[in-house]
Amino acid sequence: MTEHYPAFIILFPLLAAFINSGFTWLDKRLCCPVTVLGLGGSLYFGLEVLFQVLKSGPIVYHLAGWPPPMGIELRIDNLSALVLLIIPVIALINIMASRKSIHDELTFKRGPFYTIYLLFAAGLLGVVATADLFNLYVLLEITSLASYALLAMGNPDRAPLASLNYVFLGVIGASFYLLGVGYLYIMTGSLNMADVHSILPGISGSSAVMVAFVFCLVGIWIKMGLFPLHTWLPNVYTYAPTSSSRLIAPLMTKVMVYVMIRLMFSVFGLDYIFEQLTLQKWVVILSSAAIIAGAVMALAQKDLMKMAAYIIVCEIGYMVGGIWLGNTQGMAGAVLHIVNDAIMTFALFLVLGNIIYVRKKTELNSLDGIFTSMPWTMAGLVLAGASIIGIPPTCGFFSKWYLLLGGIEAGASLFVFSLILSSLISAILVFRIVEAGFFPSGDNHAQDHDAKEAVLNEAPVSMLIPLGLTSAGIIAIGLWSGYIVQYIILPFIQQGVS
Amino acid sequence: MPDLMLEIINKYNYWLYIILMMIGLYAMIAKNNLIKKLVGMNIFQTAIILFFISMGYKENATIPIIMGGHGDTAHKTIEASQYINPLPHVLMLTAIVVTVATLGVALALIIKIYQRYETLEEDELRMRVKQK
Repeated sequence: MTEHYPAFIILFPLLAAFINSGFTWLDKRLCCPVTVLGLGGSLYFGLEVLFQVLKSGPIVYHLAGWPPPMGIELRIDNLSALVLLIIPVIALINIMASRKSIHDELTFKRGPFYTIYLLFAAGLLGVVATADLFNLYVLLEITSLASYALLAMGNPDRAPLASLNYVFLGVIGASFYLLGVGYLYIMTGSLNMADVHSILPGISGSSAVMVAFVFCLVGIWIKMGLFPLHTWLPNVYTYAPTSSSRLIAPLMTKVMVYVMIRLMFSVFGLDYIFEQLTLQKWVVILSSAAIIAGAVMALAQKDLMKMAAYIIVCEIGYMVGGIWLGNTQGMAGAVLHIVNDAIMTFALFLVLGNIIYVRKKTELNSLDGIFTSMPWTMAGLVLAGASIIGIPPTCGFFSKWYLLLGGIEAGASLFVFSLILSSLISAILVFRIVEAGFFPSGDNHAQDHDAKEAVLNEAPVSMLIPLGLTSAGIIAIGLWSGYIVQYIILPFIQQGVS
Repeated sequence: MPDLMLEIINKYNYWLYIILMMIGLYAMIAKNNLIKKLVGMNIFQTAIILFFISMGYKENATIPIIMGGHGDTAHKTIEASQYINPLPHVLMLTAIVVTVATLGVALALIIKIYQRYETLEEDELRMRVKQK
């Protein structure tokens, strides 16, 4: 039985999605419990698999018993086990937080919403677990299609337009990736990652392999929204319903970073990338530009939701740059940042969701007296903000620390500079929110101020508990980041380097 | 010069897919109407499907069905060069499904947009979005 656990991780949400689509017609009230069951199952098996991996090394699973070059393989090593765990955790906490708003905002679309929600989770889990290049493309598209639909359910004026824009760019990204896979297939005759990895060193001088790598890389960059390919990202997340942007914003981009790491470590190999290609320097410069551009654009926003979206653009720069620094410290920082950033952004979006639920808007100048009326939510915001800035007990500090050390070791002064600059800008952003909350802005001061002052108007408890859990996670992961790096991340990186 | 021509003619399938892909990309970037953009997107995806299909082709080869299947003759040696490679074709079946699904989602979104704004021209849409 235990040998089938890797497949169960993906099958549970997938099956639950099918069951849900039936309950959409029969009884909508059952959709939510089924969703929780599906994600809970995948969380349980994810935990089991993580312990197995830590005990006895990577797990290989052959779907339907077909051995690798012919069949599809699932391969779970330290990194994928870690990411496999984050996905159901965030999806579950989000269900808990969003139940009320799903009920209010999407009353008649509840059934489809939960179904697509599960499909999205199943797709992401599959992307993380698979060891087959074409299978990865298909699962990537399942994930993307689900996210187009989830994101389009929001503000009817803007969300469909933003989502359509995302469809166009997402298709270009996925097609580039597919094209890269085609070139790889022509050169190697295989689609299995380990198989391709063993064939590539013999033909690594070929320009077709380089073209394949660049196509795959650019395709994944479009999907993750690396500056300057980020244009679809801010609008999509801003106008989506909070319940879906809270799921997609922390997970989608992080899993795409994971895919990039997977391609670099398990398909092309670090030797090929850092020694034969001359891209390294340019990618680090590009990601430094992404960090600075994301931070500066976040500074220019008046809407908290958009600000958060640009913070994501900035954080993607951290991760891509960290990996491409090419040394253990930088890579460890980037991998740790996948976990940290998923949780930080999730906490930030939970806070924004609470604010939207209570106040219906998130403009900076509508935050008058928010610290007295929503103290718990704002405490969560300050903690998430501290983590994004990188203040010690929170998890954001530790990954940033590794990234900085890596940057100094690699002598990438621009990257180090942009890291520090973006930390400073995030500090300004957080204090700007604090200022807007405590000191009402000029014009609507007179009429609104007295009414809102000192009235406790907090989000419901069912939305505060998830925020509390996530905030606890931010601190817990910060305190235990040493263990995560030592037992999970470093073994993975050493496998790739050797 | 003849070398270059030969190069192009020998690999005409790759040139064809690149031309198709660029047509699709051009339509996606330059066209004003959302449906035209969508058609461009579809051409773009189809170009990649054609690329995959053409890579499985071999000169003087037949479809990969082994004749005289069962019984005594089943174990006679099979020359791989006599059969075209079926794998890219099978992959493309899945890719076609993905293409259709994307097209469906995009059309659904376009219907939503049309119901809201009663136009599919991008410049007009941009104007109306600003008015709201």
